[in-house]
Amino acid sequence: MGRLNFSLVLGIFLSVALISTGAAQTDKTPRGGTLKMIYQEPTHLNMAIVSGTPTGVPGLQIFAGLVQFDEQFQPRPYLAKKWEISPDGKTYTFHLEEGATFHDGKPITSEDVAFSLETVKANHPFGVAMFRAIEKVDTSKPHTVVFRLQHPYPAFMAATHPLLLPIIPKHIYGGPEIRKNPANQKPVGSGPFKFVEWKRGQHIILERNDKFFRKGKPYLDRIILEFIPDSNARTVAIETGATHLIPFSYIPGDDALRLAKLPQFGMTQKGYEAIGARTWFAINLRKPPLNDKRVRKAIAHVLDREFLAKEIFLGFGKAATAPFHHAGPFYHGQLPQYDFNVNKANQLLDEAGFKRKTDGTRFSLNIDWIPNPVYQSVCEYTREQLKKVGINAVLRASPDFPGWASKISAWDFDLNFDSVFDYPDPVIGIERMYISKNIKNLIWTNTMGYNNPEVDRLFAEAQVEQNFAKRKSLYHKGQEILMDELPLIWVQEGGFFTIHNKEFDGIPMDVWGVLNPLDTVYWRKGKTG
Amino acid sequence: MYSGSFGRYILQRFLQAIPVVIGVVILNFTLLHLAPGDPAMVFVGESGGATEEILKAVRKDFGLDQSLAEQLWIYGKKVLTGDLGFSYFQGKPVLELILEKIPATVLLILTAIFLAVTFGVLTGVIVAQHPTSLGSSLITILSLFGFAMPVFWLGIMLILAFSLYVPIFPGHGIMTVGLGGGLWEIAKDILHHLVLPACTLAIIYIAQYSRLSRASMLEVIGSDYVRTARAKGLSERVVIYKHALRNAILPILTVFGIQIGHLLAGAVLVETVFTWPGMGRLMFDGILRRDYPLIMGVLIFSSVLVIVANLFTDLLYGVLDPRIRRR
Repeated sequence: MGRLNFSLVLGIFLSVALISTGAAQTDKTPRGGTLKMIYQEPTHLNMAIVSGTPTGVPGLQIFAGLVQFDEQFQPRPYLAKKWEISPDGKTYTFHLEEGATFHDGKPITSEDVAFSLETVKANHPFGVAMFRAIEKVDTSKPHTVVFRLQHPYPAFMAATHPLLLPIIPKHIYGGPEIRKNPANQKPVGSGPFKFVEWKRGQHIILERNDKFFRKGKPYLDRIILEFIPDSNARTVAIETGATHLIPFSYIPGDDALRLAKLPQFGMTQKGYEAIGARTWFAINLRKPPLNDKRVRKAIAHVLDREFLAKEIFLGFGKAATAPFHHAGPFYHGQLPQYDFNVNKANQLLDEAGFKRKTDGTRFSLNIDWIPNPVYQSVCEYTREQLKKVGINAVLRASPDFPGWASKISAWDFDLNFDSVFDYPDPVIGIERMYISKNIKNLIWTNTMGYNNPEVDRLFAEAQVEQNFAKRKSLYHKGQEILMDELPLIWVQEGGFFTIHNKEFDGIPMDVWGVLNPLDTVYWRKGKTG
Repeated sequence: MYSGSFGRYILQRFLQAIPVVIGVVILNFTLLHLAPGDPAMVFVGESGGATEEILKAVRKDFGLDQSLAEQLWIYGKKVLTGDLGFSYFQGKPVLELILEKIPATVLLILTAIFLAVTFGVLTGVIVAQHPTSLGSSLITILSLFGFAMPVFWLGIMLILAFSLYVPIFPGHGIMTVGLGGGLWEIAKDILHHLVLPACTLAIIYIAQYSRLSRASMLEVIGSDYVRTARAKGLSERVVIYKHALRNAILPILTVFGIQIGHLLAGAVLVETVFTWPGMGRLMFDGILRRDYPLIMGVLIFSSVLVIVANLFTDLLYGVLDPRIRRR
């Protein structure tokens, strides 16, 4: 018995010793080094009040969030080490990492989580959509936060990624006017890197947070995010090794294809699935003849999406086949397609009563596009295609973003080529385009004026449906209707790429990709052991 | 110095500048606001969307909820007190931003002017002395080439040549980010970064000064007093550089005054291509984001700079030509 006890104690002792030393010694990942990145300069660094990626890329290094997601859109621990969802889907309980602190040393508590949620709900462009179902946040325990919902709301989990719900310290951001808080320029978070310096028009410097709650991480000492407005200069910067990582296709596609052939660079289109970027023609349904479904279908038939994907988008991304992004969990892959068929388009226009006039034309329409040279090429191609079926398209270039946005917000368009993100749940990024209560004088809403009570019903039911299969089925029915009615003509999906110098590795490849803390990134030439 | 009091002359020139600055304010303010869309839309774009409530709050924060006349009146009053407003997107007073960026632009422009005037005038003088030589033809062709090249294209070509293919100069920024070391190390690093942008900006003007000084020198070299100087037995060097050039330089000086405005415009492009953190880049960022106070601030500052440069040029005339002093 005594021998047994001794063996047991010795075994436990050795196991504990191995586990504890293993934690420190099994991670042979090299440490140290400075990662230089290039991306757009943000307006400020408070992700709780904007959803833009320029704020997100540095912001995600500074602010932690409750969970991250894997390659199948499934949540994994971050600031929340575990969580439970009640069987009725109305209570979400998150258990926070004890000992986690903000960069100023103050502990992160459930109060900070509740404050962050309230801030996002009141100020973030998707705040209401993401958190309208929250009835109460229970913060009675400092490291347990309980969200009580009015009704089941399965989109909630997707909205707890730090890009959408960054945990911000209440003692820093709790002032009266959050948009004017000085900490928006000098943020304090709890992420793997601390804010050091922001020289406007030049760079942001972040340094390793030695007290990051994920022990042993991050591997890098510093991240420097530089702002280079000229695309050629950006290409030269990565080619010469002056920078190491460029996300979100921030160099021209043809340069990226050339660099990708060189041994020192890696390029991937992975990591943009949660963003779900897509381009489309929005159609103003208030205006005849575009209010006729047959006309919209005819326009869809004259667009050779495969040609556009290959020649204009240079093979980045793929032709769109459904109203939802193909990588998203609710994509419908069995929808009938509008194949490239000019004869069919002519036939549909004839059926709709728009016969060719003596000059060969049927009618005229305008094409607008969000200012971007690639999108302009798409619109020029579309004009020529429409000419083949007797539609006289007039291109209306906008001098800049506000010029374009003012036209679209005022519903002053016929066809509008635009780029929008789906985000990981249809409640966040997709339904805003189709539900009738979101017909608004604002860009990236239902500016088309699409109003179908059945689609409204399906989206509303899917919003509260807990059963994944049933929810998926509701969204599939919605996509079938949308595909038939075509309030939008979906053109291209994805297309973002990340290019990096292979001296650096460990870049996140889950559905959020570079919109993650870069605590796994390491420099191959760093110190090991 | 001048026939009237020097102080009165300066005062008169400054009084003349007031309506110019007022005109710059009113014209630019109106033109900027007449363009469709407003900065609140930029905020929406950068935020990935907005609700009606957020958009309304942003317009109120920016003062865009008032009529154009009211906005102009408020802005005009602020400018009179020396307040150029608050940048919508950079979160700082505009004057502070300009003062932060002006040293980088001054360094770039002064270096470019120095290079342009030195090399431009020198080549112009050489060409004028031997107008039919092969070297003269070569310099004329190169001048034309320099004159015809768009500044942003030249910048990109220099980056490709000297940052990528023969990597001897950095292609972006004013200094290596996070560079440690002493003042000398920093100064060396800045000079290293300065070479390409300064040369880009200078090359265009070298061509202009070269053509101008050539024409001016050809005219002066043919005049009677130069013949007299030669007849007196003075060396060719003294004739050219002491007698001829002094008179030939007046038109160059005139162009120099006018070109300060052009140089500032050129700096916008060069600073953008080279990520040089000066006033030009500030202007570029302001335009991209419709940051009205920032654009207006830079425009006012630039116009004052041009007025001062022209005044300075006028005063230099007097220094170089005694006849003007006596007028």
